Amino acid sequence: MDAQRRWRLLGAVGLVVAAVSYAVPSSYVLGILVFVALNGLAALGLSLVMGFAGQVSLGQAAFFAIGAYASGLFSTGLGWNPWLGVVAAVAAGAVAAVAIGLPVFRLSGLLLAMATLGFGVIVYYVLNNWAAVTGGPSGLTGIPPLSVGGIAIDTDARALVLVGFVLLLALGLAGNLVDSRVGRALRAIHGSEAAAASAGIDVMRLKLAVFAAAGGLTALAGALYAHYVRFINPSPFGIGYSIELVVMVVLGGVSSLPGAVLGAAAVVLLVEALRALVPALGASHGAAEYEIVLFGLVLMAFMIFLPGGLAGGRRRAA
Amino acid sequence: MGPAELGQYLASGVVVGGIYSLIGLGFVIVFGVTRIVNFAQGEFVALGALVLATLSARGVGLPLAFTGAVAAGVAAGMLLERVAVRPLRAMPSLAILIVTIGASIALRGGALLVWGTDPFAVPAFWAGPPLVLGGAVIVRQGLWVLGAAACVFALLWAFFTRTYAGAAFRACAANARGARLCGMRVDRMRLAAFALAGGLGAVAGAVIAPITYATYDMGLMLGLKGFVAAVIGGLVSPAGAIAGGVALGVVEALAAGLVSSAYKDAVAFVVLIALCLAQAAGWVPWRVAEEG
Amino acid sequence: MRRLLFLPLALLLAATLPAAASEPYTVGAIFSITGPGSSLGIPERDTARMLEAEINARGGVKGPDGRLHPLKLVIYDDASDETKAVLAAKKLIDEDRVIAIVGTTLSGTSLAILDTTQRAEVPVVSCAAAAKIVEPAAERKWVFKTPQSDALIVGVLVDHLKARGLVRVAWAGVDYAFGQLGWLAFEKATQAAGLTVVANEKFAQKDIDITPQLTRIKAAAPQAVVVWSIPPSASIATRNYADLGLKMPHFQSHGVGNKRYIELAGPAANGVSFPAGKLLVAEQLDDRDVQKPVLIAYARDFEAKYGSRNTFGGHAWDAVKLVVRALETAGPDRAGVRTALESTKGFVGITGVFDFSPTDHNGLDRRAVVMVQVVDGQWRLAK
Repeated sequence: MDAQRRWRLLGAVGLVVAAVSYAVPSSYVLGILVFVALNGLAALGLSLVMGFAGQVSLGQAAFFAIGAYASGLFSTGLGWNPWLGVVAAVAAGAVAAVAIGLPVFRLSGLLLAMATLGFGVIVYYVLNNWAAVTGGPSGLTGIPPLSVGGIAIDTDARALVLVGFVLLLALGLAGNLVDSRVGRALRAIHGSEAAAASAGIDVMRLKLAVFAAAGGLTALAGALYAHYVRFINPSPFGIGYSIELVVMVVLGGVSSLPGAVLGAAAVVLLVEALRALVPALGASHGAAEYEIVLFGLVLMAFMIFLPGGLAGGRRRAA
Repeated sequence: MGPAELGQYLASGVVVGGIYSLIGLGFVIVFGVTRIVNFAQGEFVALGALVLATLSARGVGLPLAFTGAVAAGVAAGMLLERVAVRPLRAMPSLAILIVTIGASIALRGGALLVWGTDPFAVPAFWAGPPLVLGGAVIVRQGLWVLGAAACVFALLWAFFTRTYAGAAFRACAANARGARLCGMRVDRMRLAAFALAGGLGAVAGAVIAPITYATYDMGLMLGLKGFVAAVIGGLVSPAGAIAGGVALGVVEALAAGLVSSAYKDAVAFVVLIALCLAQAAGWVPWRVAEEG
Repeated sequence: MRRLLFLPLALLLAATLPAAASEPYTVGAIFSITGPGSSLGIPERDTARMLEAEINARGGVKGPDGRLHPLKLVIYDDASDETKAVLAAKKLIDEDRVIAIVGTTLSGTSLAILDTTQRAEVPVVSCAAAAKIVEPAAERKWVFKTPQSDALIVGVLVDHLKARGLVRVAWAGVDYAFGQLGWLAFEKATQAAGLTVVANEKFAQKDIDITPQLTRIKAAAPQAVVVWSIPPSASIATRNYADLGLKMPHFQSHGVGNKRYIELAGPAANGVSFPAGKLLVAEQLDDRDVQKPVLIAYARDFEAKYGSRNTFGGHAWDAVKLVVRALETAGPDRAGVRTALESTKGFVGITGVFDFSPTDHNGLDRRAVVMVQVVDGQWRLAK
């Protein structure tokens, strides 16, 4: 769709989000939406890498962590304004992406996936063990909230408006990117690297650029998370989260940017829906255990019946 | 740090490496034949360990209990293939990867339901104090692990190179469409590959359970390490998986012993990245199979 | 004819009877029933449910209005994950409208829900150990915790080491919060007591072989070794210790305070000593100990239904009982419950005897910890 329509659509969604934030009193529902938006933003970064640069990254959680810790550390340890922390987080994410991308993007397919996996694990271990700086496994408490024009973003409603706005902006910009010359070059690479290179496209530079953008986006999500929960530790950012992000992207449809957000919503909502439904079915003693089994089964069913993802339907996952 | 310590690090590293090798072989079987990365492989390991633990606790003799564990693994592998993989056989590997992720979650949840969170002890196959070889201590079960890895490897090698069915498997791995055109039953081979991987995973689980205990979530980390071992070796080569596993185990032990135990796992993954780069640059004598 | 009359008469009677059921008191709980914390969270959940049934069998909680109110416990699983814990807390507060929250199981998740619960002004009684959960007291108005802090537990251990002349010690801790906090407390305590730490090793909870770390420790020639973890890695470390033929006194953490540890480690566990709550050796306590009857009753009830006793279940017992006591004083009022909790004095619980105050939301002292030794597969109170 063209840029004008896209921005109008996003603007309309934005208005709905703002309305929801002020109409819904339950901080539980708002909290779910905030986490959907945060995960959606993180998954959006990964979607750019997977859907458009065609690379599988099994270590995307590392960028989320880098963003969260960069912003958290700058605003608590150094006492910076949280917004500066956020900017630092995005920069850190992009720089880290380039740093790992340079050596690793020479690889392809499985080797690339393994290298990103290794990167994710290494970042986790550094965060977990470098206690003097990161606080180690017990993490950082007391992270200040962001504030916009003097209003502190410390309620769920305000957080939803902020994160929602950022997400919609990111969707719009990413959409513009995909439709631009750069985007067409990306799709050419995805189709065939050799052909793209022979058409004069600088494959390495472009892939690196996408990876850097993705790293920055996911880091941004991490920073916003830190200022929302106000506490971070390494444990939510391990390989499990990297895999969850891949699941979100594929579930939503690999070649679809809004699909990433849909996938994020599906995963978060599925967990909460199971939490609501399963005890009602009478299994109050073993409820939590049943929830896990059902989550796995539902995920499998999703992929079997909708292999193109939520946004792709029965089409092949491009 | 003297030679005695170094000997111990090597001995421990080789045994742990043997564990990783056994698990890595399961990934190799499935990927080699179907080009699928089976994320649920670690859960077959957990299943084998847990079934063996339960049967042993009920008083079933070791050979029968072991067989039971392997049978459970084979059944799980076949179930996974029929229910999850077969419907998606025409889809790109990413979709199949996600479905195996879903399967691994479901299997783990199922194990939690049936066995709970407690670890289970399994008696060692050959009871007795650990052996001391040149100053290094090796538990007897460690010999079983290495022995099992060697046996499995030998059987697989013989199967793939000396039997008609094995040659068919290899043909299927090289080019599925071509194999089908030659009249080979690709569907059946995929089922067999998953059944074999399930059984292999269960063997691994049963053999390592006396060392690691059987826990419902042991499959996660072990599956990951086994996967790394397989990839180091090129993911299509059983010999590569063995070498990769032992290399990973030894590097981990040496890193913990010589450098710092804090960063042990990080070191292993740095080595992994270095090896990936080395493979891409052609500095190592094996190649990773191309995808697709 | 008579039958037809019976129904409307019965209805009339029912309508005129005084409402026997008064409004229930809803209390929320968040435990790690799945995920890495499940071996702690499951006994906590079981204990909470057991208490709920016990209380409701007696008719409920007697509120300040003199009437019995059934206790309704809403328990959610946070899967040992910080995000899920935050959402569970929000659900309890907004949808289930709980008066107070018991939990969480792990320190990370307890710290994660701080912001949500403090802003909503809901009292929380945590079953997690990190001191940061209730400190600094000025910023933790609404949070309390029942487990002993690491400083307390480690302090008793270090005193024990010093009393036995074991001054060169080695440490091997698990690499997540439990091990890290234990190390920080141990480092401080040994410095204060004048002990020397000759080796400081780490291992992962999922490690299947701890011999490299123990080999390094052996080379440093310590007089005693302290391993800080929970099963299964604690059991693996114990077996590795025996396999390597290490003879120095072997100490573990309170994380091994359950029968499973002994079953898994086998004969290698004999001789291991660890600091723990009194629950494990309840029967061996002096009859004058005020906790003895409470401990024995809980151990007997829990073991009848769920299996061997467990100090983590005890933390949940204390938390639920404290909240119930506060409800008896203040009724279904969040601020009132908070004040009642903060004024609790001399509450005889499983973990210890609690004395809360505005500056101390943990309320325990050294009496809450004893040294226990494994002898012939049984726990013995070490003198």
